[in-house]
Amino acid sequence: MMKTDEKLIVKGKRLDGRKPMDIRKIKMEVGVIPNANGSAYVEFGGTRAIAAVYGPGEVIPRHLRQDERAILRCYYAMAPFSVSDRKRPGPNRRSTEITKVTRLALEPAIFLDEFPGTGISIYIDIIQADGSTRVTGINAASLALADAGIPMKDLVVGLSGGKIEDTLAIDLNGKEDNYSNADIPIAFIGSTKEITLLQMDGRLDPKEVKEIIKNVLKTGEQVYKKQQEALKNRYKE
Amino acid sequence: MKDYILKLIDSGKRLDDRKLDEFRKIQIEKEIIQKAEGSARVKIGKTDVIAGVKMELNEPYPDMPDSGILRTEAEFTPIASEDFLPGPPDEDAIELARIVDRGIRESDAIDLEKLCIKEGEKVWGVCVDIRIINHDGNLIDASALAAMAALKTTKIPKIKDDKIEREDFSGKLSLKHIPITISVGKVNSKLIIDPVIQEEKILDCLLTVSTREDGKICAMQKGENPLNVEEINKIIDFAVKKEKDLRKLI
Repeated sequence: MMKTDEKLIVKGKRLDGRKPMDIRKIKMEVGVIPNANGSAYVEFGGTRAIAAVYGPGEVIPRHLRQDERAILRCYYAMAPFSVSDRKRPGPNRRSTEITKVTRLALEPAIFLDEFPGTGISIYIDIIQADGSTRVTGINAASLALADAGIPMKDLVVGLSGGKIEDTLAIDLNGKEDNYSNADIPIAFIGSTKEITLLQMDGRLDPKEVKEIIKNVLKTGEQVYKKQQEALKNRYKE
Repeated sequence: MKDYILKLIDSGKRLDDRKLDEFRKIQIEKEIIQKAEGSARVKIGKTDVIAGVKMELNEPYPDMPDSGILRTEAEFTPIASEDFLPGPPDEDAIELARIVDRGIRESDAIDLEKLCIKEGEKVWGVCVDIRIINHDGNLIDASALAAMAALKTTKIPKIKDDKIEREDFSGKLSLKHIPITISVGKVNSKLIIDPVIQEEKILDCLLTVSTREDGKICAMQKGENPLNVEEINKIIDFAVKKEKDLRKLI
């Protein structure tokens, strides 16, 4: 946690004008990459993610193939221009971890046994980062999977919660994340609210952790609705 | 095997006659590597982990010019298990190191401001390296414990003519807090801690929680498969209660 002299919450309002439990402006669009079997674009304020799904298809290398189910491969990446100081292209330790937790967040929602012996690949590219990138990426990936027609239990919804100064809040932006007391990225299966991603860093009482998880599950319903609308819009016209 | 372990846990028992909320025998040996500025070896049952701390001279991060640097890495070398392959750290090793790192960093364990040598130019880098010697489950808790035990033994070398004098020390690394990391597994409706490798394979889910001595939670990480909110709340309470078992050891 870094320190700043600037107040992040003034008279109950955050620097971008939001109230503590407000989500940033969300934009979602399904079917944005013609080459992919499924794709989506998701924007949470300044955070922008594109996801593409390729497959089910052949597994290369072949020894990774599993006879009774499809294997899921996930790649989370950030564009070099997505952050203030240019990020070197290619994977790093952070992206390797996010790649893993993203896969674990999506896997429980997918009926992988429907496509034995194949592979499904999900590529997430963060083209601009302003906090909560992993959950924004998960929202995009979940829509891309649905767009690809992969059978799923339900959509996976991503949203983060945290504590800014002394206030519990939702959907932290980059600045809030840097200076906040805690950040908890969460993903859950839309209808059952089973939690598939849960991480936390910061300093919180156990009571606050529980409260934030509750808040995210409640406010996340709005994200879930937006996802459903975005999918419907794909087939309108 | 799976059904057997499930049946045992269901009746409140473990493969090795432990209770569900009981750790295996834990041994901590400190200062086992003389070349390192701090070190410790932690054995939890047959799981065996060494953490070493090396102090380096680094340039500070531009946004924290007067603060030392913490770096935590882990390697799963093939000596420890048939499941580990030679090569650079894979995603499991990277994830483990990042979980241990977050516990230390977010608890504000190290007094990083005391590690500034010349603001904006030179600070101490504290490099915590974890090596798994034998893998019999619960690598995260063992590694986090070894890392903290090693940091507690860490001495800061003297600097002469801008170079580190490795054999001569100016003092001990100053610690402000001690985080304790506990992973709680869920099996059907039961919660267990410190799973051995066969138990790890049948867990529904694992949630790792790092707690500070003042009761604050400073890091969490969920593994495979979903958990519902009631289960998570129960695990948090369980981890906060059990962390005292480990805290008294270091």
